[in-house]
Amino acid sequence: MTDLSTVKGTTKRAYLSYLPKGAGLIWVLVLLCVIAAILSPAFLNPANITNVLRQIALFGIVSIGMTFVILTKGIDLSIGSILGVCAVSTALLLTSGMSVPLTIIAVLLIGILMGAVNGIGITIGGVPPFIMTLGMMVMGRGLALTLANGQPIGLGERAADFMWLGRGFALGLPVPVWIFLVVAAVAIFTLRYTSYGRQIYAVGSNEEAARLSGINVKAIVFSVYVISGLLASLTALIFVSRLTVGEPTAGTGIELEAIAITVIGGTSLFGGEGGILGTMIGAAILAVLANIMNLVGVSPFTQQIVKGAIIVGAVLYEMMRKRKKSS
Amino acid sequence: MLQTANQPDEDDLAIRGDNHSILKMVGIDKSFPGVKALQKVSFSVDRGEVHALVGENGAGKSTLMKILSGAYTSDHGAIWFDGEITAHASPSEMIDRGIAVIYQEFAQAPHLTVAENIFMHRLPTTRAGIVDWSEMEVQSVRYMERLGFAIDPRTQVSDLSVAQRQMVEIARAISRNAKLIVLDEPSAVLGDSELEKLFVTIRSLQDEGVSFIYISHRLKEVFDISQSVTVLKDGEVMKSDKTENWTTETLIQAMVGRSLTDYFPSRSPNFGDEVLRVTGLSCGDMVKDVSLSLRSGEILGVCGLAGAGRSELLRAIVGADAIDSGTIELHGNSATINSPRKAIALGLGFAPEDRKTEGLFLDQSVGFNITISRLRDFITGFRLNLGKEKAAVRGHIERLRVKTPTVETRIGNLSGGNQQKCVLAKQLNAKCDVLLVDEPTRGVDVGAKREIYDLLVELTEKNGLAILMVSSELPEILGMCDRILVMREGVMTAELTKDDASEEEIMKYATFH
Ligand SMILES: Nc1ncnc2c1ncn2[C@@H]1O[C@H](COP(=O)(O)OP(=O)(O)OP(=O)(O)O)[C@@H](O)[C@H]1O
Ligand SMILES: [Mg+2]
Repeated sequence: MTDLSTVKGTTKRAYLSYLPKGAGLIWVLVLLCVIAAILSPAFLNPANITNVLRQIALFGIVSIGMTFVILTKGIDLSIGSILGVCAVSTALLLTSGMSVPLTIIAVLLIGILMGAVNGIGITIGGVPPFIMTLGMMVMGRGLALTLANGQPIGLGERAADFMWLGRGFALGLPVPVWIFLVVAAVAIFTLRYTSYGRQIYAVGSNEEAARLSGINVKAIVFSVYVISGLLASLTALIFVSRLTVGEPTAGTGIELEAIAITVIGGTSLFGGEGGILGTMIGAAILAVLANIMNLVGVSPFTQQIVKGAIIVGAVLYEMMRKRKKSS
Repeated sequence: MLQTANQPDEDDLAIRGDNHSILKMVGIDKSFPGVKALQKVSFSVDRGEVHALVGENGAGKSTLMKILSGAYTSDHGAIWFDGEITAHASPSEMIDRGIAVIYQEFAQAPHLTVAENIFMHRLPTTRAGIVDWSEMEVQSVRYMERLGFAIDPRTQVSDLSVAQRQMVEIARAISRNAKLIVLDEPSAVLGDSELEKLFVTIRSLQDEGVSFIYISHRLKEVFDISQSVTVLKDGEVMKSDKTENWTTETLIQAMVGRSLTDYFPSRSPNFGDEVLRVTGLSCGDMVKDVSLSLRSGEILGVCGLAGAGRSELLRAIVGADAIDSGTIELHGNSATINSPRKAIALGLGFAPEDRKTEGLFLDQSVGFNITISRLRDFITGFRLNLGKEKAAVRGHIERLRVKTPTVETRIGNLSGGNQQKCVLAKQLNAKCDVLLVDEPTRGVDVGAKREIYDLLVELTEKNGLAILMVSSELPEILGMCDRILVMREGVMTAELTKDDASEEEIMKYATFH
């Protein structure tokens, strides 16, 4: 009698662990939204919802880049600083009279370039990703402050033709949300339906086996830092457009946010496991959580404590899942 | 007597009085998602005996041992060890009770020294509570000497050969007063002479009263070392008996369910043009000035003792290690192969020796592993056609009879032999015309070995592939290869034709004489 029920129990649990991790996360998100709506009626205000969506988009875009990096077992601590450099560059280029399309292209190139420097240091130089991107984080911030002379740079009259990117709406949704959705769709497609995507997973789960399977490991690793840099610069453009000012301190700490989102979304810090859908939900969870805390008036300091605890919790959860899977 | 819920039933009580058994496992069940790994398995080991546990890949041998060690929990069943019931004990409790399991893929800390590995979880301390390094080293030396090995206890484990590492594991087991030592496929990583040393060690420990469970796919070893044999098939015990009551034929019959008259397929090779020529290849200390040539349809064997540079030769040819000098020609054209990527693009496939670290992505699915080195066949338009990929994977799995619940199963959850088959399936999928295989049947059961041999023969005879095969099993080399190269310390010492070759002849060139 007893053993029959235990057998059933194990199969059921095992079956659940075979579901994609995103499925469980959706319920966490729904639950959070319900709690938010109960705690504060203001949560469901269209203006507030729009605000949350915009927040999701901003953090979501950089987190997608982070997901690519973490899938290869890497880490990118420099995205906040790349964002800062790109924010300052955007303001400088626009105020110097460059056209909006050219500015966008130039800033994206700066992001790509900074990501490429990371990639070269890691692949050719053999510097561990943590150290390389930490160095870039410090250098990048210094560069942003130097370029801006330590001051925020207002867009002045150029704000008018650039604001659409961060503040505009299309089909009822903020433009950044559309950008986020497009980036996410491309990323999902890439990881799932291209051999490049497969190779990212391969490099993250076993680099030596990947090399012996004929994968150009260095090219793959290089590419994910470029993607991460590119998406940081895209976020910078949205940032500046929204605030109409390029701040050298823009994006400070966003790398930790992106790592948290990626890990909460179920991407393994040990590489080779996870995906974009999880990251999207992770971004939504963190944004809703921050929104609830703001609405009910939790102090920003307390919010940090909660966020830190959530990151540790997400990693702990993953370790437990890993252990269970192999027993 | 009052029966309570925790009271073992009558069967179990009968065992308690039994004094000549060190271990009894009764009615063990274990299921994994989609697999019943063990069903009502009962298994006992007498004091002081070497008990062989054999069975096909995926029969459940390793799972049974993991339950014994406490690494897995059985769904049902009881374990009696040394007169006590051990319900749901943790691995560390089982070790304290005297069970040491040396796994198929053993766990060591490669950057620690031999002494530290032996004493890993209980470093001896001085009275002041500081780790007593000198005591630790003295004791380590004593244990290693008891095993007949002289290894400096300060050597880092990563610098040892696999055979030496295995000895460190055994030393650790006896240092914890193990009464029962489980060896899960120890010979898979050992050469013949090292195996002989292992047997000497086993016998001497046996004289001291230690019992062993010995898992192996090589039946000759089973007859050499064991006193009893238990056969598992599909998670159930087929038969358990004294070794002298078994013959190779009855053993195979019990394992595979059919008799296997010939180990090796008959060959009617049909040689074509030369496809691979290696001239004066040197690579580090392990490959020195090696030249060879391979025709399509041919199987060329490379043998030698462990450390003779066989694997390194293959790695150098496919560009996995940078070569110092030498040239490689493919189909008569000289080729610069500076990476495995280039090798695969030129139709040169490589199945490495160590599947865990070099061959497989353990956390990924079976399908992922098989198709990763050639995905382009599954691209339609812009995207990977997952359906097409899955169909191809199913085809490979059926052809090689890989035992797996689904194509999506994590490959790390397959049994060792089935993982090995996936390594070969990956080469099939890569559609190479020259195949370099390193120990293709390591850890593979007798029935599946024959399937792999058939496959290799079919590939050469039907598809005209050329195969370069490294193996430590001489019968395999003799049974399969058209020509045989012998290596010793990085140098090629002989090239023998199938007809000239014999085990003695090969050993003559493989060792100093
Ligand atoms: N952690 C796990 N999760 C799911 N299935 C597992 C797990 N471990 C083992 N199995 C399955 O249980 C069965 C028995 O596997 P086991 O490793 O015990 O076989 P084995 O007899 O040791 O084979 P081999 O000779 O190939 O090593 C196999 O079908 C295997 O796929
Ligand atoms: Mg096994």
